[in-house]
Amino acid sequence: MKILVCISNVPDTTSKINFTADNKEFDKTGVQYVINPWDEYALTRAIELKEAKGGTVTVLNVGEADSEPNIRKALAIGADDAIRVNAYPKDSFFVAQQIAAVAKENSYDVILMGKESIDFNGSQVHNMVGELLGIPAVVPAFKLDLLDDSTARLEREIEGGKEVVEVKLPFIASAQQPMSEPRIPNMRGIMTARTKPLKVVEPTGADTKVDYVNYSKPEKKGGVKMIDPENAGELIKLLRNEAKVL
Amino acid sequence: MSVLVFVEGLNGEVKKSSLEAATYGSQVAQQLGTTVTAVAIGEVKEDALARLGEQGISKVLYDGDERLSQFVANAYVKVIAKAVEQENARVLVFSNSNIGAAIGAKLAVRLNGSLATNVTALPKIEGDSFTVTRGVFSGKALADVALTADPKIIAIKKNSIDITSGGGTATVENISAELTDADFSEKPKETVMQETDGVLLPEAAIVVSGGRGMKGPENWHLIEDLAKELGAATACSKPVSDMDWRPHHEHVGQTGITVSPNLYIAIGISGAIQHLAGVNSSKVIVVINKDPEAPFFKAADYGIVGDAFEVVPKLIEAAKALDK
Ligand SMILES: Cc1cc2nc3c(=O)[nH]c(=O)nc-3n(C[C@H](O)[C@H](O)[C@H](O)COP(=O)(O)OP(=O)(O)OC[C@H]3O[C@@H](n4cnc5c(N)ncnc54)[C@H](O)[C@@H]3O)c2cc1C
Repeated sequence: MKILVCISNVPDTTSKINFTADNKEFDKTGVQYVINPWDEYALTRAIELKEAKGGTVTVLNVGEADSEPNIRKALAIGADDAIRVNAYPKDSFFVAQQIAAVAKENSYDVILMGKESIDFNGSQVHNMVGELLGIPAVVPAFKLDLLDDSTARLEREIEGGKEVVEVKLPFIASAQQPMSEPRIPNMRGIMTARTKPLKVVEPTGADTKVDYVNYSKPEKKGGVKMIDPENAGELIKLLRNEAKVL
Repeated sequence: MSVLVFVEGLNGEVKKSSLEAATYGSQVAQQLGTTVTAVAIGEVKEDALARLGEQGISKVLYDGDERLSQFVANAYVKVIAKAVEQENARVLVFSNSNIGAAIGAKLAVRLNGSLATNVTALPKIEGDSFTVTRGVFSGKALADVALTADPKIIAIKKNSIDITSGGGTATVENISAELTDADFSEKPKETVMQETDGVLLPEAAIVVSGGRGMKGPENWHLIEDLAKELGAATACSKPVSDMDWRPHHEHVGQTGITVSPNLYIAIGISGAIQHLAGVNSSKVIVVINKDPEAPFFKAADYGIVGDAFEVVPKLIEAAKALDK
């Protein structure tokens, strides 16, 4: 079983988000980067499947050299090897093309990634890769089991319910909780990660479909109006007559 | 050239999020001086489709193939691609639902178009330049994105467009993409809908949400009763679903679902940054917490410092007294 897990390198969930003075780029100053939290569900599930059935887990990141600490972290958590496509991830279509190219070259049985990245919140790459490769994309999945060497059973969320899907390998799935319980690397993992292979490849095709031209921040709230707890019912009246949301 | 809106149904009716998409599509068509058509698939009643005229849709293309009553991405994409071709559509509008985003991404590849998901406002169109605003960094920022290819595919964030009404009646025509069994090879084995007498969380205009301050699942009747009185959906913080007090699909935040209702009422939730990421684009936020220092108050419009077990029953009483 060959599993590919795609990870993105994103600002830590507690980061303050700022932009450069011209509002054209994200300001990385002082920002700590982590593996995209959704991708961690994909990574740990891949490692669990490998532990149960044998095989390999490869992590793939489309990103510049500053992603490498988090790629090493994924290796420390238990992936076997890694590939970095050496390019700034310009847009979803660009990233999808890179993943599809790597997948074509190495023919994986299962391709996993998170449901979305917490920086650009696109939720596009998995379905685009599925379309580029002509294989099923099960999005967003919260349960994944292999029934045998050629079939997987997944549960995916739909608005208001869930679907149970059985697909033939190869397929793509995007992960969300509770697919797995993310792990933290142990000392042994950190030691062995240093010598695991991390291959850097150059991107193929540079096609993008969208251009990020400007960033801004949402308007600040006008401040909070406090209501006396003894008189809590007053809140309901304010919501109807002042805020007009009831 | 025209605008095409994809409409999703639920229990035979058009989903609220699709009425938002229809409104958005009509307004884009006005900007472009062109017509807007909707395409609907699966089990939606004809009179519900005709009522899309209210949102300015003149014509609805409908494929009622029984096999489409369950979502099967490839089959849906084929029907919509056919409609795009037939209508010569240059702008496609979806709701940013799980289904909408999936079809949007596949169509973008198949038709070589530009896709923007999580879009929060109408486009700025100047000559050939077509720019939309979308939410990024989990609600902490917005980005203006130029869609440089055609067709332009836009998936709009729920609750970011006010639904208009007052148009006429849409005509409903059939469309068929001559689907074969191969198009249904990824058909789901089973679809299980949640048992709910209330409102679906992702679609809800009002959300009542409980955190660890609720102390245990046995106290959730307070959350549920308030939600019922207000016609709201219920939600929770991550630890609450991690401890299995509530199901995972209710968990909102950075690693849960994102909601943007008109009103979000947070009860016994501290307001950690990861929780805020899932709710910060709600129009009005109410926070009820016994700790005056709880960070959530900084993001709130209305607040009550008090014990949820004393405050919430008073809110339920007051909500009961409202004339509905
Ligand atoms: C990578 C990552 C991702 C995360 N993703 C999410 C996410 O998606 N969603 C999410 O919610 N969290 C997420 N978290 C967790 C987040 O950091 C917080 O731990 C969590 O939101 C806290 O939940 P809470 O507010 O219910 O509980 P607590 O922080 O324990 O807060 C309970 C609150 O209840 C109040 N309270 C107690 N008793 C009463 C009472 N009787 N009446 C009124 N108020 C009372 C307390 O004053 C307190 O403010 C994430 C964390 C990480 C690291």
